[in-house]
Amino acid sequence: MTETIAIPELDFDPYAAETLNDPYPMHYAVREAGPVVKLKPYPTLVATARHEQVHAVLNDHVNFISGAGVGLTNFNLEPPFRPKSLILEADPPQHTQMRAILSRILSPKTVMQIRETFAAEADALIDRCVAQGTIDGIHDLAQLYPLKVFPDAVGVGPEGRENLLVYGDMVFNSMGPRNELLAKSAARMGPVTEWIMAHCARDHLRPGGFGDQIYQAADNGEITHEQAPMLVRSFLSAGVDTTINGIGNTLFALAHHPTEFAKLHADPTLARPAFEEALRWESTAQTFFRTAGRDTEIAGVPVRENTKVLCFLAGANRDPRKWPDPDRYDIQRRPSGHVALGSGIHGCVGQAVARLEGEVVFTALARRVKAIEVAGPHTRRLNNTLRALETLPLRLIPA
Amino acid sequence: MPTIHVIRADGSRRDIAAAVGTSVMQAVTTAGEAGIVAECGGSAMCATCHVYVDDAWADKLPAPLANELEMLECTAAERGPASRLSCQIKLTPELDGLVVRLPERQQ
Repeated sequence: MTETIAIPELDFDPYAAETLNDPYPMHYAVREAGPVVKLKPYPTLVATARHEQVHAVLNDHVNFISGAGVGLTNFNLEPPFRPKSLILEADPPQHTQMRAILSRILSPKTVMQIRETFAAEADALIDRCVAQGTIDGIHDLAQLYPLKVFPDAVGVGPEGRENLLVYGDMVFNSMGPRNELLAKSAARMGPVTEWIMAHCARDHLRPGGFGDQIYQAADNGEITHEQAPMLVRSFLSAGVDTTINGIGNTLFALAHHPTEFAKLHADPTLARPAFEEALRWESTAQTFFRTAGRDTEIAGVPVRENTKVLCFLAGANRDPRKWPDPDRYDIQRRPSGHVALGSGIHGCVGQAVARLEGEVVFTALARRVKAIEVAGPHTRRLNNTLRALETLPLRLIPA
Repeated sequence: MPTIHVIRADGSRRDIAAAVGTSVMQAVTTAGEAGIVAECGGSAMCATCHVYVDDAWADKLPAPLANELEMLECTAAERGPASRLSCQIKLTPELDGLVVRLPERQQ
């Protein structure tokens, strides 16, 4: 085939404030224009928002690599803002080795061990929220819970955990362009990088926690002692801002769908599906990139080596080719196959822990609250990668 | 298209035909069977698509990779010698007639 296939070109900037505020019209346009499109403001990349293609790209780590970065920046051409992640921004065989260690530490078996503690913390927090009555769903609930349980499990001390929020915001902004959002994020960093790296050191980590278990893997010779702090850093970059917004977006979904919340209240075992469906409906990580590792194709469209491929995870999760009535938040849907946590070898390694957090928080809420009312307008925290709320005023009606 | 014989936990049986290249998990969930949850969508990350492969077929499947073995230690129902994650079994023409039993629970 020597003919050039015309790729539709659309004039959308995924990182413009108005698009970040409401990305769905762009997802719709990108999906309907074709399996692969070009975006005028970023002429060197190709983008896809259909489930079939997003899923295929994420599951083809040979043709679509992560080692050149999973954001807009191509690390083959420009240096990353921080030393590359050993797992997120890596390819086999190095990735395989690192992944094995993290997936062992964060396995469903671990989840069984931490479940009781995580559930007790969720119960205590929801009790406080119910006693308060009117809350900010983000600052009083969605942020507090992961900031308590996850660093506890990693083994990070209680002081200075707000640094994790600043760091997470920076990491996820860095996957977009060098825009104002990134500049503002970078300006807040100050001593935060130093704090993060200090807390990746063994003497800052509680023995037996997830972080210490990385060092045990180094003691066993599975990785080097130089690699260990870099793997601990992965917990601190990826384990907080993600679940905060997963919980925040689920709260938003439930507050705006009172009949769905009524179903959840009537049957708290729907907590896990309610969280899962919210991941599909309002995906926390909106986008991830891959880079063509060689000349290849997507849906028959040639893609040249070194081309950045923008995968709209949130667009794939509302693709009508995959999901009936995709814009509807339906906690009784079976959302298996959504790509909010990625897919393939780079699929979120902490997903069992993330689901546990969602399950116990919304189980506690379903039991203690009979209705959630919107108590005022919400505001968004714009981020180049994350779908995030800044405030979410809610009134909790006790059961 | 290869056909899979699915035996539910209650002993009832259902035959499901699916295209070559499809995973057993995809074939069974697409057919609307509730006995497979597949929470992670097929990344061998959750152990909720556990099946017991019939003894006669166990040797005909490629051996599980390390990540699947790791997850098989976390199944909700007891692991058997022919326990597999159905997301990791891709249908081939040779697997026409494959028999899998669904466990009592996945979570």
